[in-house]
Amino acid sequence: MAITKNDVEHIAKLAKLEFSDEEKEKFTHQFNDILKYIEQLNTVDTSNVEPLTQVIELHNAFRADEVKPSTPTSEALKNAPDKTDEYFKVPKVIGS
Amino acid sequence: MVNLHEPYDLFREKLLNGTETVEQRTQAFLSEIIKRKELNAFLTVFEEEAMQRAKEIDTKIQNGTAGSLAGMIVAVKDVVCMKGKRTTCASKMLADYEAIYDATVVQRLNNADALFIGKTNMDEFAMGSSGENSAFGAVKNPVDETRVPGGSSSGSAVAVAAHLSTSSLGTDTGGSIRQPAGFCGIAGLKPTYGRVSRYGLVAYASSFDQIGPFAHSARDIARVLQVIAGYDECDSTSANIPVPNYLEAMNRNVKGLRIGMPKEYFPDALNSEIRSVLQKKIDLLKAHGAEIVEVSLPHSEYTIATYYILATAEASSNLARYDGARYGYRSRQANDLEQMYTKSRSEGFGEEVKRRIMLGTYVLSSGYYDAYYRKAQKVRRLIQKDFLDVFQHVDCLVTPIAPTTAFKIGEKVSDPLQMYLNDIYTVSANLAGIPGICVNAGADANGLPIGIQFLGKQFDEATILRVADFVESIH
Repeated sequence: MAITKNDVEHIAKLAKLEFSDEEKEKFTHQFNDILKYIEQLNTVDTSNVEPLTQVIELHNAFRADEVKPSTPTSEALKNAPDKTDEYFKVPKVIGS
Repeated sequence: MVNLHEPYDLFREKLLNGTETVEQRTQAFLSEIIKRKELNAFLTVFEEEAMQRAKEIDTKIQNGTAGSLAGMIVAVKDVVCMKGKRTTCASKMLADYEAIYDATVVQRLNNADALFIGKTNMDEFAMGSSGENSAFGAVKNPVDETRVPGGSSSGSAVAVAAHLSTSSLGTDTGGSIRQPAGFCGIAGLKPTYGRVSRYGLVAYASSFDQIGPFAHSARDIARVLQVIAGYDECDSTSANIPVPNYLEAMNRNVKGLRIGMPKEYFPDALNSEIRSVLQKKIDLLKAHGAEIVEVSLPHSEYTIATYYILATAEASSNLARYDGARYGYRSRQANDLEQMYTKSRSEGFGEEVKRRIMLGTYVLSSGYYDAYYRKAQKVRRLIQKDFLDVFQHVDCLVTPIAPTTAFKIGEKVSDPLQMYLNDIYTVSANLAGIPGICVNAGADANGLPIGIQFLGKQFDEATILRVADFVESIH
């Protein structure tokens, strides 16, 4: 499954990243190297093998539904690149 | 006269009998950090605050109320949150980010009266095996400054190796504590998945990431682990399993211990200096009564491929949070919301981080999910089963830490696959969720450190600490 520059552009769009033509060429080349290496997994017989998602077999961790202290708005906004007193501020979304 | 090369045990005795103070030692470390600035190990140094805290701890010592880690000066990888402190992950994305709470490991170390001296440089978002992928410049190996210290916990390894702190915290997702410990000639432990709380750790690949200590000896590793290990209700992936007394388990006795040598980790092509240094230690273990057993982990050849599919997939999802809206870097070039996301991410992340987000996005994308991601999850189970099977017969495993000693700065940057292959002996522990420790075993002809790794059963850090301590004590 060789990757093309078009594929790289498509993945970049999904990942919300953009690249120069030069970077796209480089990534296309590097991804093909890496994917070729990764494809060795196809030689492993995994029929009847369950996927492993949690290595210490923990299950859902529930806690009592009690109100506990949480981050105050002022703290949550502390690192915001742009904000009002109570909100994060972003460029206009509708009607632009 | 403060001797920063002196082991922590000895210093602690002097501290408790009043012949030295934490203040003197902290001052000496701070001077040394400035002197060794060219190593680029630290991103933030807590000068005044550390001195203030040193005085507090000295007072506690005088009053007999000091905690178990009084006199332990700790550096923290800049991926762990400390309230009010910059937490950059060595990324332009978080260059100005100030944490709004303390990670659980930070709280616990603080409660034990450890002293924080600064935050360390690293590969950006913990992605890298050389310490070169930092937005703030590469970290240098103090043994040979033309060489890499390993990564991604590069600065934390160097802080200890160059005697800029007594111990440090790193994180290990695919070898990021153990490999730099090996390259720098010190000790580093990746605990079992779930052993140490990750509350306050910036996530890279959540089914792999663990926080662990670096130090000059396995005994100091045990001291730090004792404090940071254990259940934390703030981390739903932390395990509610009792923490044993690690120092007590280190009895300098390996008689009857069954140690497996996985044949896949000692291939014919293994570097001959690494092989002979390890063999010497293995022979010593045998001479002292350990039983060395050849074992097989048949899926070893698939660990790198499996790791780089799963870790990048998790990274692409975890790093979706950096959108320029709530915290972190925001591009000034954006005119609308879509551009804000794309330009902030493209300008804020470095090359390796983007490469991994792209790979991860690809393996999770429609049409490829089953072929790559799901397949890798299945192979991961087979890899873990290999370990469960051998641990039926042996107490722990011994392996090399890396295929080579520390390589030259710049040597592998242009070929990501070659860089990934360097993780061949470390990623399996993260895939299986087992603990691993690296301690120094010797050096090659150029004087570059050679590490030896011990892998243990889940939640059995005690056994690998005991063997590691034994190996450090025999020559």
